[in-house]
Amino acid sequence: MDPYIKQTIIKGIFETLQMTFFASVFSYAVGLPLGVILYTTAKGHLFENRTVNAITGTIVNIGRSLPFLILLVLLIPFTRFIVGSSIGTTASIVPLTIGAIPIVARMVESSLNEVSPGIIEAANSMGASPLFIIIHFIIPEAVPSLTFGTAINIATVLGYSAMAGVIGGGGLGAIALQYGYYRYEKSVLWVTVAILVIMVMLIQEAGSLLSKRLRKV
Amino acid sequence: MGDTSERIIYELKNVSKVYKNEGREFPALKNVDLKIREGEIFGIIGMSGAGKSTLVRTLNRLEEISEGEVSFYGEDIGRLKPKELRKLRQSIAMIFQGFNLLMQKTVLDNVMIPLKIAGVSRNERKEKALEMLRIVGLEDKKDSYPARLSGGQKQRVAIARALAADPKVLLCDEATSALDPKITEEILLLLKEINETRGLTVIIITHEMSVVEKICDRVAIIDEGVLAEVGPVQEIFTAPKSDAARHLVFPGGATDFSVNPFEPSGPSSRIIRIAFDGLSANEPFISNLVEDTGRKVNILSANTKSVGGIGYGQMIVELPADREDQELVLEYFKDKGLSITEVTGRADGRSDTGRYDTDGENESRSGKITDVINKEVVA
Repeated sequence: MDPYIKQTIIKGIFETLQMTFFASVFSYAVGLPLGVILYTTAKGHLFENRTVNAITGTIVNIGRSLPFLILLVLLIPFTRFIVGSSIGTTASIVPLTIGAIPIVARMVESSLNEVSPGIIEAANSMGASPLFIIIHFIIPEAVPSLTFGTAINIATVLGYSAMAGVIGGGGLGAIALQYGYYRYEKSVLWVTVAILVIMVMLIQEAGSLLSKRLRKV
Repeated sequence: MGDTSERIIYELKNVSKVYKNEGREFPALKNVDLKIREGEIFGIIGMSGAGKSTLVRTLNRLEEISEGEVSFYGEDIGRLKPKELRKLRQSIAMIFQGFNLLMQKTVLDNVMIPLKIAGVSRNERKEKALEMLRIVGLEDKKDSYPARLSGGQKQRVAIARALAADPKVLLCDEATSALDPKITEEILLLLKEINETRGLTVIIITHEMSVVEKICDRVAIIDEGVLAEVGPVQEIFTAPKSDAARHLVFPGGATDFSVNPFEPSGPSSRIIRIAFDGLSANEPFISNLVEDTGRKVNILSANTKSVGGIGYGQMIVELPADREDQELVLEYFKDKGLSITEVTGRADGRSDTGRYDTDGENESRSGKITDVINKEVVA
């Protein structure tokens, strides 16, 4: 393979990792609290609140129902406002984050729902405050499940990051598109696809393994 | 033991609880009045769905009541603000059927958690938690995770955790129901020991009569949300007054002796009931009868229970057909100090009874003989 293309691909790998990493971190920064809100305001939970739960749930559902490609286009003005440009690796992080937040929120909610209600009842019987219960009972108990969910989310973000190539984002997606699609260099297309598959597999496997190790059973 | 202390830890006045679901109302507790004394082991027993879990949850307000008042050392807990309630709950520990331990934390961390809630410093928490683990005999498991422990060990950890913050009362919600009989026995002994050594009031919710028999001082029987009967365990076991109590003490009703289920095998045969208390339960008096007199009786039904380590029970036997032999056997039992009642089955389902006192006086009675026999047993 052309050494230039090789170099481009290596650069693409780093860009993809960079986008995935930052988008994942930012989406968790918002999605995790959002998931906690979804969980705690649900019926029968610590801060049961129909209004807050319905509003949060609706926003999350709208976010999830938008195809990511549409979201990418819709968010161009917002991205420009935030990072000053709508193309490139850094710019891609914005729509990736926004797109991943609702998925993270639902995944977190689902993990927290796995925590046994008995543990929460025990916490209440001990006189723990709601905040203490969330921080010291619910979240630690959900850690293995949250870890597993994180692996799925990172893999999803990685997949989305390839799509960002369409509107001028960097990374492997952009390379596959430019070389493989526009220039008919099938070998480049296949190599980037293979690398993406391997990356997703590694992330998923690492996540599963970590989750298994964290689960004290 | 309950009798030595008269301070009231809990007083429930006219407590009712109604669950509302889709416009329909389900009463879970109906006008419950109850006093629990400091330092006693108090049992609350009932069939599943009787309302006993709801009842115990009103004691730490995990369940809000619809009507009435629950007071803890004279303080109406229904009036407490959330913060005050949390403070109160630190002195009302609870253990559960499902243990409810944190699976992601070590045994030691689990035991430390109530102390963390109470704001105790880390060093003190650790010291106290280790002391608690020593009490329940699991100090060597401090770094294990609950998943590695057996059911009995998990409940021991839960007990250590419950004791850590020096509670005034321990609520046990079906705490032994998930355990096998041997482990149940061990856990009950541990609870008894804690009750005795620390003077801790223990309130036990169970559907198992054997649990109450083994360790409770007093028991309340709850049936369909109504408190059917409250009293010392031995009294309720030997003289259950309510149907719910009788049903629990004599499951299946085989020994419900208001109606004699047996028909005499011949016109001259007689059926008697022998009620015996702790003194005679250990004595093989039927074997002795055969050895000493050479006369035989036919055992139709027998039921014995150990109440607080003392055997109680009754036996229905058919006497030999010969009149003289009958008198001999009756005389023999009377000499042994057994309480005997004659029960003769009738086709119409009613039973005529003649009661023999130990002094030999014969007294006729018809209808329900339950009370007579039971009074004898208690006396």
